[in-house]
Amino acid sequence: MPDDQQLARKSLQYRRDTLRWIKNAGAGHTGGSLSCIDILNVLYNRILNVTPETFSSPVRDRYIQSKGHSVEALFVVLADMGFFPASELETLCGYNSHFVGHPTRKVAGVEQNTGALGHGLPICTGMALGGKMDAAGFRVFTLLGDGELAEGSNWEAAMAAAHYKLDNLTAIVDCNTLQITGRTSDVMNNEPLADKFAAFGWAVRTVDGHDISELTEALSAPLEADKPSAIIARTTKGKGVSFMEDVGKWHHGVPSDGEYELALSELDAALAEIPEESA
Amino acid sequence: MSAPAPSMYSAAAKEVATRLGLTLGRANLEVFADALLELATADRNVVAVTSDSRGSGKLGPYGQSVPEQIVEVGIAEQNLVGVAAGLASVGKTVFAVSPACFLTARSFEQIKNDVAYSDNPVTLVGISAGVSYGALGSTHHSLHDFAALRAVNNLTIVAPANNFEAREAVMAAASHKSPLYLRFGKAPLYSLPEDGTYTPGAARLIRPGNDAAFIASGETVIHALLAAAHLEETDGLQIRVLSMPTIKPLDSSAVLAAAAECRAIVTVEEHMVNGGLGEACAAALAQSGLAPRFKITGIPDEYTVTGSQADIFRHYGLSMEGLSETVRSLLST
Repeated sequence: MPDDQQLARKSLQYRRDTLRWIKNAGAGHTGGSLSCIDILNVLYNRILNVTPETFSSPVRDRYIQSKGHSVEALFVVLADMGFFPASELETLCGYNSHFVGHPTRKVAGVEQNTGALGHGLPICTGMALGGKMDAAGFRVFTLLGDGELAEGSNWEAAMAAAHYKLDNLTAIVDCNTLQITGRTSDVMNNEPLADKFAAFGWAVRTVDGHDISELTEALSAPLEADKPSAIIARTTKGKGVSFMEDVGKWHHGVPSDGEYELALSELDAALAEIPEESA
Repeated sequence: MSAPAPSMYSAAAKEVATRLGLTLGRANLEVFADALLELATADRNVVAVTSDSRGSGKLGPYGQSVPEQIVEVGIAEQNLVGVAAGLASVGKTVFAVSPACFLTARSFEQIKNDVAYSDNPVTLVGISAGVSYGALGSTHHSLHDFAALRAVNNLTIVAPANNFEAREAVMAAASHKSPLYLRFGKAPLYSLPEDGTYTPGAARLIRPGNDAAFIASGETVIHALLAAAHLEETDGLQIRVLSMPTIKPLDSSAVLAAAAECRAIVTVEEHMVNGGLGEACAAALAQSGLAPRFKITGIPDEYTVTGSQADIFRHYGLSMEGLSETVRSLLST
């Protein structure tokens, strides 16, 4: 299993690739893809028993990306996992490509079609219930945006997941505090978020959503028996590129040629600081 | 809901039913509940999901017999459909049961994305459909569901006409392995001629005839049949009656055959005249080049008058008498 340092390098490479394919497509959700990359990195490289070989197994873990707009990050990670050659992402959002701008099962490794917000948690609640019925042992994960939590369907599912004691379900909130209109706290305040999940009967932990070891520790096992787990991952939108970090316009901004080069140079500089081999 | 509901049938209509040898059965909803219990008893993967609707869905005995195979989500229809999709995706044979009015409006996006687009083989069961809730009013009517769901790709729409079709449709749904919407009312329904023959997706020829044809679905089929028999007695007309349990995909070959062989077609449905069975038939006809005299009957584009299902049917001419008059009028033009 790769160590933290190797995963830190992977995250930088994933950010680089995400920008590459967004730049190539001329479209994409840049800020939110960059904010959730460390979460996806830890999930796919350390937590999920999901590979191209296991993807048809009924007892594989399930990951549903409810914040489907950050699909570029997901596609980059799935390519790295070997679900398809990364070069196929040349067609992202292009005419007749199966790489749509939101997750679709046409792409190997994608469990469910998402993109309309507020759908992932109900689906995962059903998957987790099914797993419990069969004592199948798999875990179910979903990634939610913090702005997405204004959708009421999330809270219908949150109530049901606690009611049915679904400790095989984990919801991760990519809490980057920005949505398309501006600060989530200004658009529709959802704080205190941890208290809300706790009040719905969930076990809750707040972590640094860019800290590989904190994420690993929080995701390795259910937080508490008989309760679904909510991981509030505090993240920075546009993480890893100085001029994109915490700036709302990068929600679906596409970098210019100059911005793209600058972003890559920052990421390459960060990569150069991490040795390829562990000490 | 204090006063007893008036009968769906006039005295004259009941006499025609008797002459046809029809027998009054149960509500389709009850047949559905029995069939589902039978399926669930035989296969532990069968799961019903309800939104505080097990009573309305007649699933009380089901819940008692197979308590591990029913999931209650509370009054939360969006979650109902999302949970159903998730259960189906991990291998369950899922029936999501909720009043049709809420299921197909509140959860429309979940039906479109989580069931149909993601291709999770959920059977959506709209109970107390159409104007079954009668005087409870338009919040509780589903007169939009065919239209809304016809516009969703990868979803079969079925509205059984009687107990026979209901049982066949439930059994077919369990092995369908693809998204499907089933629509049931709660009025007791008559048997029909030709019960015993059911091919999923196909029209059922209930009564032969070439002067005109009724193409009807769901709980209106019996009224079309009674009108056809009445018109033979009073006017000497031979009226074909087709039950069209599957609204989508439409058995257009049966529609085109009726157009080629009959002088007029009247469609009948417990749905708004916009976007349902009638318009589906109209589209098939217009694109075939056939142009029979044609009339779509159903609920007009308005919120209905107050009344029971029987009152509403009569008010809008969806009765033996009303449908007979529609045929006479159409043939005289």
